[in-house]
Amino acid sequence: MAKGVKPRVKVPKTAAAGDTITIKTLISHKMESGRRKDSDGNLIPRSIINRFTCDFNGENVIEVILEPAVSTNPYFQFDAIVPEAGTFAFTWYDDDGSVYEAEKKIAIA
Amino acid sequence: MTVTRRKILALGAGTLAFANLTSLPAFASVVEDQIAAVTGGAAVQDGGITLTAPEIAENGNTVPVEVLAEGAVAITILATGNPSPEVATFRFGALNPTRRASTRIRLAKTQDVIAIAEMADGTFRKAQSVVKVTIGGCGG
Amino acid sequence: MGLKPVLALATGMIVASFVALAEDSANLVIEGETIITTAPAPDHAENLDEVFSGWLFRSKETQALQLDDFDNPGFVFVDQGIDLFNAVDGSEGKSCAACHENVEDFAGLRTQMPRVVDGDLQTMEEQVNACRTERMGAEPWKYSGAQMTSMTALIGLQSRGLPMDVAIDGDAAPYWEKGKELYYTRVGQLDLACSNCHEANYGNMIRADNLSQGQINGFPTYRLKNAKLNSTHARFKGCMKNVRATPYAEGSAEFKALELYLASRGQGLAVETPSVRN
Repeated sequence: MAKGVKPRVKVPKTAAAGDTITIKTLISHKMESGRRKDSDGNLIPRSIINRFTCDFNGENVIEVILEPAVSTNPYFQFDAIVPEAGTFAFTWYDDDGSVYEAEKKIAIA
Repeated sequence: MTVTRRKILALGAGTLAFANLTSLPAFASVVEDQIAAVTGGAAVQDGGITLTAPEIAENGNTVPVEVLAEGAVAITILATGNPSPEVATFRFGALNPTRRASTRIRLAKTQDVIAIAEMADGTFRKAQSVVKVTIGGCGG
Repeated sequence: MGLKPVLALATGMIVASFVALAEDSANLVIEGETIITTAPAPDHAENLDEVFSGWLFRSKETQALQLDDFDNPGFVFVDQGIDLFNAVDGSEGKSCAACHENVEDFAGLRTQMPRVVDGDLQTMEEQVNACRTERMGAEPWKYSGAQMTSMTALIGLQSRGLPMDVAIDGDAAPYWEKGKELYYTRVGQLDLACSNCHEANYGNMIRADNLSQGQINGFPTYRLKNAKLNSTHARFKGCMKNVRATPYAEGSAEFKALELYLASRGQGLAVETPSVRN
């Protein structure tokens, strides 16, 4: 597991049924591109988050395939429909096999 | 071809024109290949997709971009001047109403950024935008 | 501005004619709170009429990153700072929170740092490490390491919006004088003092970069360049390397004095920690 990886997500606490909301996510990750060299001239191996998904009550909102050209501390903003009360599940997949997860509940106002 | 900006400047105007003429078709076909890798060779129409990127990026390491294409099932971002052009692909699920996404990307130099949308009907749309990447004051 | 041609010649850099601040009318409003980005210069900054936050010199895209605490990538490190604040470390079995129950109690501290304690000038980083070694029995953190900058960002954030207000008289006076001397001393192969760029040429382009006044009210600052929080002393090192000088060490007497002097030049500007810059 890469060091110091911490996800942040921003989801409104409530919405009206059928509303469109905006979600923001950020995860602290170096996104080592595999193209940089260390001080001895050796290539630093690639180590990135390569996939991100957001689901709501088991149904998909967005899936992102990331390449090394996504900046350090990957940030995503996207929209989602909230058909009912439930839970957003966020998952980040690391090259090293680690999986980072976050959840946010939303209520119907 | 390893022609640095500095070398081109040193070569003078005549050679510069020559370099442009010879490299342009090669460059265009490289970009076409990059696009074809996303579309599988299918035709790509302009319009129906919006790519928002800064005209000038203060630092190429973190460049904010937004893509939006109503009716898209997926949008891919390409950075045509990067060592590897692929940046990210967004696949929209059933609960995504707007087909809009923002992220922050790395650009190695001034270049065209291209967004390609795969529409629900199987056609492809594209938008592109030049982003000038600047370098800091004292080379920092 | 008689210095400009000399600068351009001396450094081989193109200093363009005056460029207005990026967004003249822009207001820095973070989470509904307006942050002061200009103030009348304090009397002791005798060559300035007004002081400007570095935020004003940035492009609108960079500026936007600081308007929302979620869009600001520095906050992921503030979150890590909260974890560190609550983590037990060292032989005494204590966390920061064992003594400082509420981190909010640090409101105002950032505006007064660095400050003289028992005759010695002390920075926030030194205060944190003093707590770690003397009270927690823990190892000191690296001066500009990820743990330290996360902690100083968390503590600094508690003062966001409050004006900088460092003491420069009494015990602090000799440190301040030393800092002022360093500010105006030319160093390195490019033979530049801080003042040559950040006092005489702020608002001008140095190549593709808009020179700011070099204010430190937003530190530690998240830089797009290296995608992490940067301490003031790490930034000083970067500047010194850029002018091809041998940098002083982080935590050195020289950088501490310079930090006090620079903080005093920004008296009246609000703390923006953690700010976002290019």
